[in-house]
Amino acid sequence: MVVSIRDIFKLIGVILVCFCAVFVCAIFINYGIDLKAVESEIAETSRTYYDASMLTCKAVCGVSGAVLALTSVVLLCFYISHYIESHSRDLGILKAMGYSRIKIASGFAVFGLSVLLGTSLGYAGSHLMMPKIYEVQNKDGLLPDFGVRFHPELIFFVIVIPAVVFAGIAVAYSYKKLKKPAMDLLRERNITKIKISKNEKEMPFLNEMRRNTLRQKKSLVFFIAFAIFCFSAMIQMAASMDEYASRVMSSMILIIGVILAYVILFIATSSVIRGNAKSIMMMKVMGYDAKECANAVFGGYRLWALLGFFAGTLYQYGILKVMVDVVFKDMDNVEPYRFKPVPMLISLAVYVISYEATMYFYRKRVDKMPVKQIMIE
Amino acid sequence: MIKVNNLHKSFGMNDNKFEVLKGISFEVEQGDFVVILGASGSGKSTLLNVMSGLENADCGEVAYDGRDITGLSDKELTEFRKTDIAYIFQQYYLLPHLNVQSNVKMGAELVGNKDYMKIIEAVGLKDKAKKYPGELSGGEQQRVAVARALAKKPKVLFLDEPTGALDEETGRKVLDFIDKLQKEMGFTVIMVTHNQNIADMAKTVIRMNSGKIVDISKNTTQKSAYEIGW
Repeated sequence: MVVSIRDIFKLIGVILVCFCAVFVCAIFINYGIDLKAVESEIAETSRTYYDASMLTCKAVCGVSGAVLALTSVVLLCFYISHYIESHSRDLGILKAMGYSRIKIASGFAVFGLSVLLGTSLGYAGSHLMMPKIYEVQNKDGLLPDFGVRFHPELIFFVIVIPAVVFAGIAVAYSYKKLKKPAMDLLRERNITKIKISKNEKEMPFLNEMRRNTLRQKKSLVFFIAFAIFCFSAMIQMAASMDEYASRVMSSMILIIGVILAYVILFIATSSVIRGNAKSIMMMKVMGYDAKECANAVFGGYRLWALLGFFAGTLYQYGILKVMVDVVFKDMDNVEPYRFKPVPMLISLAVYVISYEATMYFYRKRVDKMPVKQIMIE
Repeated sequence: MIKVNNLHKSFGMNDNKFEVLKGISFEVEQGDFVVILGASGSGKSTLLNVMSGLENADCGEVAYDGRDITGLSDKELTEFRKTDIAYIFQQYYLLPHLNVQSNVKMGAELVGNKDYMKIIEAVGLKDKAKKYPGELSGGEQQRVAVARALAKKPKVLFLDEPTGALDEETGRKVLDFIDKLQKEMGFTVIMVTHNQNIADMAKTVIRMNSGKIVDISKNTTQKSAYEIGW
């Protein structure tokens, strides 16, 4: 009705995250299954390496799979919430005409197709990458020779189940969001009340605008911090693990991290602009310049982005430390993992430049927003 | 004084080009109360947008005390909107996540006005200063928009159908506030409406039809918001 098949392509963030999740997980699950199948042929001298490889498969699938799946759920819910806000009037008309909440919400199941698209592409991509990974994993010849085998049951677990589960989440979440009375949807009425403690001092308008923009959509704070978290963790991880993993593996992590970070940052920042378009235009009508408007809308996220960066640094340090201490504990010639400040400083510099460049780009977009637009909105 | 001279504005291109303003010229004295009357599509809102610098003209001149704003850069237009004018829309356009006080502060801080609470009081919303727009009626929201605009202490106040979304009683109240505050503060009012009765409140009435001015008249006596018909 309101949601069409074409809308699934708007969930580019979900498609990309699902692609990354399945790409990584399918490679390691497939590798784990194939490796398990040759367990009886493993020489006693290679047993430690075999155990470490199996544990790596489980850890990579568990950590990246869980993080990316959670990210996809948050992105999906965020997108549905935004979709309902921007199509409030259309949805209100349907409700006023007598369509039931569940009937309207069931239309959102098509968003499961974005997951299907992302996971299918990820699965196909993983099969293209698998021969190279298998080769790299056994470059020292510690394991018996085994090739990539096709496991059809994986299609069910990494493509079909996620698509069905996400379609269900989309319906359930939109059902919850459509609880508003038809009139509120029709009038696009959204009572925004921000809790302000009595001890909070009165502040200048621009500071208040910055604070309330941040408070009205906390999910965006999470997204921006998470984008920088991914960026920080993945880049530093890729740069720090050269002694423990192959170049192919580090490149894979680096690429996934950068894609994730920029996609999320782009979605979050565009949403901030879209969600505050009327406020920005009203500020411009009043006589605030583009710099003041952009600072009022984006300025509050800077601190959270920086926190995301340091959380990412801690996360990558923790995960690598645990991996090295647990996975490689029985292996000889493996150096204990130590924190590396150089990759951190480089990624911090790259982050500052990228973040400020992104904000500058959006400030230019604010500058170009015609003030007359407010009457068309 | 505002001088509008031979203003032209059209929308669309080539075969779809539609001329909305066809050579508009008139003058407005400082402190005047001008009502621009016309049916839907007569070009009155476009005229207001061009006069307030929200939209560019194709050609012609809009001069404020001899300074033509049609050729100003974006930066200069921002400064002009900041210091010289204020705009009130039919749909209020309040910031939904800020309370009444903060919405008014939005205008006040641009010109360093620290007495904005007095304006909130003047529009009768002192006890609702901490309420959010979503908790107010349409009339109250429009009064917040009035307070926000006046907190800037503008020289010229532009109003585009300010009572268009209000019922009679609330509409009269809002007009009464504007009328009283204009007399107290002495700013110029330029209001667009299709309601003929509101013209009785004005000093100068400009009637428009199909992008042209068909008549400019002066009222010898101005009626109050409670004396006009509706």
